Amino acid sequence: MPRFAVCVFPGSNCEEDVQYALQNILGEPTDLVWHKDTSLEGYDAAILPGGFAHGDYLRPGAVARFSPIMTAVQKMANAGKPVIGICNGFQMLQEAGLLPGAMLRNQTLTYICRYLYLSPEQRDSPLTVGLTEGEILRIPIGHADGNYYADDETLEALERNDQVVFRYVNAQGARDDTANPNGAANAIAGVRNERGNVLGLMPHPDRCYQEELGTADGRKLFGSLITWTKERT
Amino acid sequence: MTLIKANVVVKLKSAVHDPQGETIRHALEQLELGQIESVRQGKFFELTVEASSKEEAEKIVREVALRVLSNPVLEVFQVEIES
Repeated sequence: MPRFAVCVFPGSNCEEDVQYALQNILGEPTDLVWHKDTSLEGYDAAILPGGFAHGDYLRPGAVARFSPIMTAVQKMANAGKPVIGICNGFQMLQEAGLLPGAMLRNQTLTYICRYLYLSPEQRDSPLTVGLTEGEILRIPIGHADGNYYADDETLEALERNDQVVFRYVNAQGARDDTANPNGAANAIAGVRNERGNVLGLMPHPDRCYQEELGTADGRKLFGSLITWTKERT
Repeated sequence: MTLIKANVVVKLKSAVHDPQGETIRHALEQLELGQIESVRQGKFFELTVEASSKEEAEKIVREVALRVLSNPVLEVFQVEIES
């Protein structure tokens, strides 16, 4: 049975939501691991949760990447195990150089907290392996810095290598200007590394794992992560 | 070893759109203080370094600016060592 680790930084605020979704809703043993720990030995997947790690001073994720646990996260990534970054966790993975690109302030300059629609662009990733073809997800975002940036060369490589895993779309699943909340390049909401085991996304599956929360689509992403991890342990 | 002061300016690469600078420029239009063509916003850091020479101080500060103070994906930096 796989074990999941959720890394907790001072200022993280979504770690219990992730743990609740994986453990209480989906029944998989999931531990919270403090950022000063130096080992993720015995874990099969790691999740970096949302929040404001270390206050997000300097830049989101810029200080968190130097937390001791990040060496263990890097090790897991190198070993090909799933490493997932949600929102602030995504920003940390970028700062750590585990995922391409960086986040600019939202084009609106505001913190945006709302439900929106996502198109899973790849179905062979740790968060999408359980989805059906053509499925559009309804998932909330909550961030001020989610305006995905990478230079043209990197964007071309991301598209060519099928590294864009999620894009912002409208309810019909089409890309248009109103569907992109923050100005992200190519409407990118989530990307993976070349190997495919490190994945970051701005939307919060941990805020929508049962109908009472407005949508249960987040459960499908966590369900995919469990499937993916079990197939590889 | 002496204490040497260094200034670091971090700014977005010129190819990167700066929504904050753009908003400031819009606000300046309302003030009618003359034609401001563009505004780019950045960050400024003052560091005090213990080093044996200005050259050593600059080497340390450049490393800090590259690895921590800036994100090379988005930003560039300038280092100035105070005399």
